[in-house]
Amino acid sequence: MNIVVCVKQVPDTEVERTLRQGDGTLDRGSVDGVINYIDEFAIEEGLKIAETHGGEVTILTMGPAKASESIRKALSMGAHKAVHLIDDGLAGSDALETSLALAEVLKSIGFDLVILGSESTDARTGMMPAMLAERLGVPQLTLASKVDVSGSDVTIRRVSDDGYAVVTASLPAVVSVVEKTNEPRYPTFKGIMAAKKKPVQTLTLADISVDAGAVGLANAASWVSDFAARPPRAAGVVVEDEGDGGARVAGFLAERKFI
Amino acid sequence: MTEVLVLAEHTDSGEVKKVTCELLTAARRFGSPSVVWTGPGVDAGIARLAEFGAEKVYVADSADFADYVVAPVAELLASLVGSTAPAAVLVAGTNEGKEIAGRLAVKTGSGVLTDAVNVVAGDDGVPVAEQPNFGGAITVHSVVRTGTPIIALRPNAIAAEPAAGAAAVETVDFAASDAAKTARVTEYVVAEKGERPDLTEASIVVSGGRGTGSADGFAIIEKLADALGAAVGASRAVTDAGWYPHQFQVGQTGKTVSPQLYVAVGISGAIQHRAGMQTSKTIIAINKDAEAPIFEVADFGVVGDLFTVVPQLIEDIGKQKKI
Repeated sequence: MNIVVCVKQVPDTEVERTLRQGDGTLDRGSVDGVINYIDEFAIEEGLKIAETHGGEVTILTMGPAKASESIRKALSMGAHKAVHLIDDGLAGSDALETSLALAEVLKSIGFDLVILGSESTDARTGMMPAMLAERLGVPQLTLASKVDVSGSDVTIRRVSDDGYAVVTASLPAVVSVVEKTNEPRYPTFKGIMAAKKKPVQTLTLADISVDAGAVGLANAASWVSDFAARPPRAAGVVVEDEGDGGARVAGFLAERKFI
Repeated sequence: MTEVLVLAEHTDSGEVKKVTCELLTAARRFGSPSVVWTGPGVDAGIARLAEFGAEKVYVADSADFADYVVAPVAELLASLVGSTAPAAVLVAGTNEGKEIAGRLAVKTGSGVLTDAVNVVAGDDGVPVAEQPNFGGAITVHSVVRTGTPIIALRPNAIAAEPAAGAAAVETVDFAASDAAKTARVTEYVVAEKGERPDLTEASIVVSGGRGTGSADGFAIIEKLADALGAAVGASRAVTDAGWYPHQFQVGQTGKTVSPQLYVAVGISGAIQHRAGMQTSKTIIAINKDAEAPIFEVADFGVVGDLFTVVPQLIEDIGKQKKI
């Protein structure tokens, strides 16, 4: 089976992040890049399916040269090869444009199953899996907490606030997984060494026949008109508990009419 | 007046979700609100839609919406965008709402703005969305420059305000195309749900963190939540440890909440967690570590042992109720 796992390099969520003055794009230079946390579950799911049903896992990422760090990590976890879509013309692309470019790559490299994390921790639009399914004209099996492949069928548990739905479709399909779908493996030393020899194909916009006028910040359909640091919250009151801590919270709640 | 399409969130029995009233309130700023109602139940919901200003209600009562994932709804909306040329399309900023928005954006070649906490008319009347970025550290204003603006508005972000509307029903004959019927739902499994409000819609949320120490220790969070009529949330440390189910996680990779009151108990307030709650209107923190970053965003904080502070608080809430 030909499994493609889409991976995004994002700024580390454990540190403060900022936007660039001028164009309102993410200042990616200011913080360390890490693999999007939820994508690790997508990689693990892809590896598990390949181990059970045979086939290869290809990592697909779109991003600047620095994104090769995330590719390397995914390969060291056990993915077989990678495709890196890299082109200055893609900088500042919104979700609509990104989905166009990724869909064109997927069409050109072929797939039975595309797996993504349900959302990225930076933009958090949560739209990419659905947009890819729409563009590729294949079933959308998203927000999965459990994935089962059987023959040419895929069945998932699609999580919702009040439970889950069992959803089934035939391959090829797009699957997105939520956190805690599985336990992502750690790269082993052997895996890290092996990753250095695995093939990474780089593609440009010209390679996938996407016009530069269809992507990038200048052509984005959604546009940041301005941004500002959120004004800091007015300093609150912090008291030491001197045996009356609970009562003082209750007093505050009563004063604000919450009780 | 130009129509503004509002995708209704409702139960099968026709109970209109609060976020739908919020969407209607926002829609009135750009034109005449037209609700899009998918599936059954409109007879029970129509009065509520009228109360919040719906002028028209497009009703497509097809089983396809429940039987197939997302694609049929996007198809219906795309056809209505084509026939009504709306000023904007507003959907709830839920996981599913955002997926619908994404597919609709591709179908109509339109820009989409997700995670909006407000949307107002700009100088030229076009919708300007306010989006908290990076967990609320930065506020962004965004517009759509191509196609029909599609906006996913976060539940509980704006106050729903009543305004009478005609709510004239217009039946839409809809059957999903074969292309939209590829991911089939074979079963819905509804989890046991207590009396507590939904986490993302609750006006009060009580969350517990690592300081609760164990699954047993976490029970005190549920007690406080019930005393306040609140929803229960948890930090990632708690859900990772398996003390409380994962779907209640508040934070960067969990739910984002903006309640009137957020009570953080035994939560240190790492960026990861603050990202999911710092747009709450009022924040209370209880933590034994005076240096915990949660106190930087708290309106009122108590440095102390949660296992002595919280029981006293629950008792005092009980006393207040009796007065």
